[in-house]
Amino acid sequence: MDKTLQLDIVTPDRIVLSEQVDYVSAHGAEGDFGILPGHVPLLAVLSTGILSYTVKGNRKNAFVSGGFAEVHGDRVTILAESSELADNIDLARAREALSRAEKRLEHQEENVNMERAKASLHRAVMRINIYNSR
Amino acid sequence: MASLKSVRTKISGVHKTRQITKAMNMVASARLRGAQSRMERFRPYTAKFREMLLELSGKTEEGAHPLLAERPAPETCGIILATSDRGLCGGFNAGLIAEALRLARKKEAEGLGIRFYNIGRKGREAIKKIFPAQASLHQSNLEPLSFQTAGKLGEEIIEGYLSGLLDQVFIVYGEFVSLARQTPRTRSILPLKAPESEKGSGGRQAAEYLYEPGAQELLAELLPRYIKVLIYHGLLDTSASEHAARMTAMDNATRNCDEIAESLTLLYNKTRQSAITTDLIDIVSGAEALKG
Repeated sequence: MDKTLQLDIVTPDRIVLSEQVDYVSAHGAEGDFGILPGHVPLLAVLSTGILSYTVKGNRKNAFVSGGFAEVHGDRVTILAESSELADNIDLARAREALSRAEKRLEHQEENVNMERAKASLHRAVMRINIYNSR
Repeated sequence: MASLKSVRTKISGVHKTRQITKAMNMVASARLRGAQSRMERFRPYTAKFREMLLELSGKTEEGAHPLLAERPAPETCGIILATSDRGLCGGFNAGLIAEALRLARKKEAEGLGIRFYNIGRKGREAIKKIFPAQASLHQSNLEPLSFQTAGKLGEEIIEGYLSGLLDQVFIVYGEFVSLARQTPRTRSILPLKAPESEKGSGGRQAAEYLYEPGAQELLAELLPRYIKVLIYHGLLDTSASEHAARMTAMDNATRNCDEIAESLTLLYNKTRQSAITTDLIDIVSGAEALKG
């Protein structure tokens, strides 16, 4: 298999990844999907969580939140509000965010946005999981 | 004539001021580089985002999303004012505040209620004085600048817009034109206008995309984020402009210090010379007197 995909993960702050990969698998809003070279053009909403890709047979993971995927030709572009490669996840920060979110959900204060607390809890859990499953 | 000592003190004072302005100039130029590289890094994201929206807007009909719909009889107007947190950057903030007030007056004249959303300490303080009643809406400092600042404000604005609290939203920010030029600019944010197709990018439309979920849902996900992108863009521009404005201001200040120091040195030398002359006259006349 010599055909590859050009995978770019772009966030507002930087380009997280730009690499030739063999395969990309992502969590879409309506279930998981995989992308191989030669995929039809696609625009998809990604749910917060893991994005994995294969480089020369090695599977690698990345965290993506608030993302979209675009497949066009042999290019896969992930636009995300935040994203880190598994190796670059700041575990201490994720743990901190986790305990902060848990505290907020426990106390259920009025001026705290529950949706937002739940979302940040979810993000923290995903980050930790991805880090641990490197 | 001023005493020698007082002139000397003044000269050293001016030199110290010059050291400070010089240092601030260098700090500002370092920060400007940082801000510019941030803008640079943000560009691929915006470019891709526009592309996706463009792709989608061709596929969905008009009025496909409430954020795109123009309100027939607007009643309130939100103004996001992005200024810097700190001063000493010439007329930069004053220009932005004036621009925002001009917009506010114009909208008031049209019978709209104004709501201010301030990012940056300078603008917030100025608006608090002029519109005391509603300066408390959204306040945050410009620094530390992150996408989250734009994200939070964006959510607040969208909520306000969807609940009918806001009918129009504008952002006033400092556009970074060049190192020597930063202009206050006003840009309409809501109702959203789908990005215009750029010249020469028409070739891509040929591809038939698969949407997951449907095009409508995708649009509903993309549009709120586009608002955040627009706001963040304004904040980044303001930040770069602030540092550029400060660089220029501090450069001028340093030059002024040089001028003052030069004229003071001249004064010092004159004073010293006249003191020496007086002393000499004393000595000579004393010697003459002794000769008898």
